[in-house]
Amino acid sequence: MVTPFRETLKTKDFIVTAEAAPGKGSNVAKTIEHIELLKDKVDGLNVTDNQSSVMRYPSVGVCLLIEEHGGEPVLQVTCRDRNRLAIQADLLFAYSRGVSNVLCLTGDSVDVGDHKEAKQVFDLDSVQLIHLVHTLNSGKDMAGNELDGSIDFCIGTSASPSSDPLEPQLIKVEKKLRAGVSFIQTQAVYELDELKRFTEFVRNIDQDVKILAGIVPVIGVKMAAYMNENVPGVFIPQNLVDELAEAPKGTGVSKGIEIAARMIRQIRDARVCDGVHIMFIGREDRVPEILAAAGLV
Amino acid sequence: MIIAERKPMAEISRAVAPYKKVLVAGCGTCVAVCWAGGEKEVGILAAQLRLARSAEENEIVTLEATVERQCEKEMVMELRDKVSEVEAVLSLACGAGVQTMADVFEDKPVFPAVNTTFIGMPESEGVWVEMCGACGDCYLDRTGGICPVVRCAKGLLNGPCGGTRKGGKCEIDAGKDCAWVLIYRRLEKQGRLDLMRQYNAPKNFRAVKRPGRVQAVRA
Repeated sequence: MVTPFRETLKTKDFIVTAEAAPGKGSNVAKTIEHIELLKDKVDGLNVTDNQSSVMRYPSVGVCLLIEEHGGEPVLQVTCRDRNRLAIQADLLFAYSRGVSNVLCLTGDSVDVGDHKEAKQVFDLDSVQLIHLVHTLNSGKDMAGNELDGSIDFCIGTSASPSSDPLEPQLIKVEKKLRAGVSFIQTQAVYELDELKRFTEFVRNIDQDVKILAGIVPVIGVKMAAYMNENVPGVFIPQNLVDELAEAPKGTGVSKGIEIAARMIRQIRDARVCDGVHIMFIGREDRVPEILAAAGLV
Repeated sequence: MIIAERKPMAEISRAVAPYKKVLVAGCGTCVAVCWAGGEKEVGILAAQLRLARSAEENEIVTLEATVERQCEKEMVMELRDKVSEVEAVLSLACGAGVQTMADVFEDKPVFPAVNTTFIGMPESEGVWVEMCGACGDCYLDRTGGICPVVRCAKGLLNGPCGGTRKGGKCEIDAGKDCAWVLIYRRLEKQGRLDLMRQYNAPKNFRAVKRPGRVQAVRA
């Protein structure tokens, strides 16, 4: 029997979730393979919503697959592709089919994706989206109409502890916390001190929210340079880049897994935050190795 | 003011290809200031057209005229005589000007020679930046006089997205500032950061009922 994520957040000592990225096309065989591989090893599988503005199989579709295969899905919802009517309708659909965890995000710009000429929506922003889910939970839609059937989503959101400048981001986090969330998963973090400072900031506002540190294994010097240059809010320190540079040729992935597992152990041992969210996109099959190396299975 | 950019020459040439005599009509207000459609640009475009057609041995006759504001029927009417002489009009005004011209001279084809891009202001010599989205529901009182509706690439109302680049630049263009970082810095300077902490509810996109129409009341 799957433990609802809401319960896991309340009861589990160290929470582990992993990202599941839908594929491009109607063939879901590989997605199902990843679900089967990971569903019993993590507390929730978090499904991206047209990730990086690249059109894919829908988040809600993969969430249903996770449900069918006995996992616990977390539905990512961005504000980029749908207006308030479409978002509400999708949430009603998801909840009616057993998806009860939602991660509220702004969404990347269409400029970074594969349909650059599309009209981006952003009818709402992520703070407004959190308020919207609470409104649905209260039995009403955004227009104040009564909803037939109860809804009770467990709500999460994201944050970027390594942003520069950080202060404007923290004000946004504060607004998200005041809107009410049960969990926050962070952008990829590589510096423990940064994560500590972020956790302290959050704890001063909200004692109960669970913080899951974002873990993205870096598998080589090139990837590190690319991420430092191109992925906003991500900073990979030089000592990690050096460590990757010293890894023998062909061992990048193993090294990345080793570093990620070490980070997870450090976070858990020092109780820096409440868990981790592992994003190893395109290498979901290697996630169990990270879990094993971190002593999480 | 309204900012526009001239369309590519090939597109303009294609539009007037069937005609032998056209009026190249400029506007002396916004598009003149942003170097897109004033008297000077009218002269340049007319000369380019004549040269291009002459190279094709398919001469075109161009009349030139610039009115103060092409978005006002009375001013456009001043062109009555010139328009009667030509087969088509090439307008270098903003979209409002092109449509006014087309309304006033209903029997003549009117073609836009510029793309109207935004409401903005000059930032430096020859550079204009977007400032206002004409959304009908102004937020500038809460954001230190910096518009998040158009200066944030996503039009976010409650703070920056997670995509802010190092140093407070925009996710999609490192050459542009993150509007919310600018708002933060301005409000911090003014000791009014509490404004940024306030929740802004979803925007009312009905503030302007499209198509927009305003009945002003004289004071």
